[in-house]
Amino acid sequence: MTRAPFETIVAAHGARVWRVCRALLDEPDADDAWSDTFLAALEAYPRLRHDTSIEGWLVTIAHRKAIDVLRRRARLVVGDVPERPAPPEGRDLDLARALSRLPTRQREAVVLHHLGGLPFAEVAAVLESSTDAVRRASSDGVRRLRALMGGDHG
Amino acid sequence: MADLPGALPAPPLDALRARLAERAAAAGLLDVAYRSLDTALGTLLVAATPAGLVSVTFDGAHPEQTLDRLAVELSPRLLEAPARLDDAARRLERLIAGRARAFDGPLDLSLARGFGREVVERLREIPYGETRSYAEVAAAVGSPRAVRAVGTACRRNPLPIAIPCHRVVRSDGSLGQYAGGTEAKRLLLGVEAARRG
Repeated sequence: MTRAPFETIVAAHGARVWRVCRALLDEPDADDAWSDTFLAALEAYPRLRHDTSIEGWLVTIAHRKAIDVLRRRARLVVGDVPERPAPPEGRDLDLARALSRLPTRQREAVVLHHLGGLPFAEVAAVLESSTDAVRRASSDGVRRLRALMGGDHG
Repeated sequence: MADLPGALPAPPLDALRARLAERAAAAGLLDVAYRSLDTALGTLLVAATPAGLVSVTFDGAHPEQTLDRLAVELSPRLLEAPARLDDAARRLERLIAGRARAFDGPLDLSLARGFGREVVERLREIPYGETRSYAEVAAAVGSPRAVRAVGTACRRNPLPIAIPCHRVVRSDGSLGQYAGGTEAKRLLLGVEAARRG
């Protein structure tokens, strides 16, 4: 069996993987998680089963690498991890900042499904939850995002 | 994605890819690096393994088929990594411009196998500014009747320009075939004739 050049994998899925990383992390950390993801994928690529969905595989690695970065960060901070500063009242949040204010489970469900493109069944497998639970978390998350980002409109 | 309010900014993909190539090389995971190279002979596709320059082809503007072949014949761990090829690119440019007489960087001959490898090794012995006929090369490899096979081996030389298959011409003095086209062969021989002596 033959494999496409890894460059074509990066070209086809690089943007999606970055969105997943950026939705879970600040930009410098997202950049690190992006290259952590593709480095791990490059290592495993020649042995990857041929029936594997490439994008599901990459999004799953990206999620894991993002969590690794968050854990490393948490260990570096003495005591409680400080909340990100809240923006001034009445200001619209951009999507990245609004996502950072979602509860973890909602954020992960929204990111994996809406930005990563994973079906809910796969999101459930990644998050070790049920399909119904992640579907609910995702729709609650999207509703919360709309509220957070609604801001000044109307 | 359509039903999320707003969108994330565009990813800085060029910078990300450059950094990935560097990290992959440092981790020993970049088996094949490639870049395109604009030259007087057209846009080349040049590729290298950690051992050295491994492939030069004349399809840099449309490299998909060659990249697929390199992924199969060498390794699918293949990335566009221009910085890894700066040195080889400069050496090729100097050869094409007549500012160097030989490619003196590392070469990886793993794409030349069997009889093709024997021929390619002999091509490196043809002095700058000179030519040999296909029949003479066939005699030199000890297979004087394999003139046609020598022609095929020259055409399939994985490292044209760096390994001078352009110095092999027909016995009647006409240029014969060249992977980069007859004009490219004429140009290279013309540069060498002008610089010779």
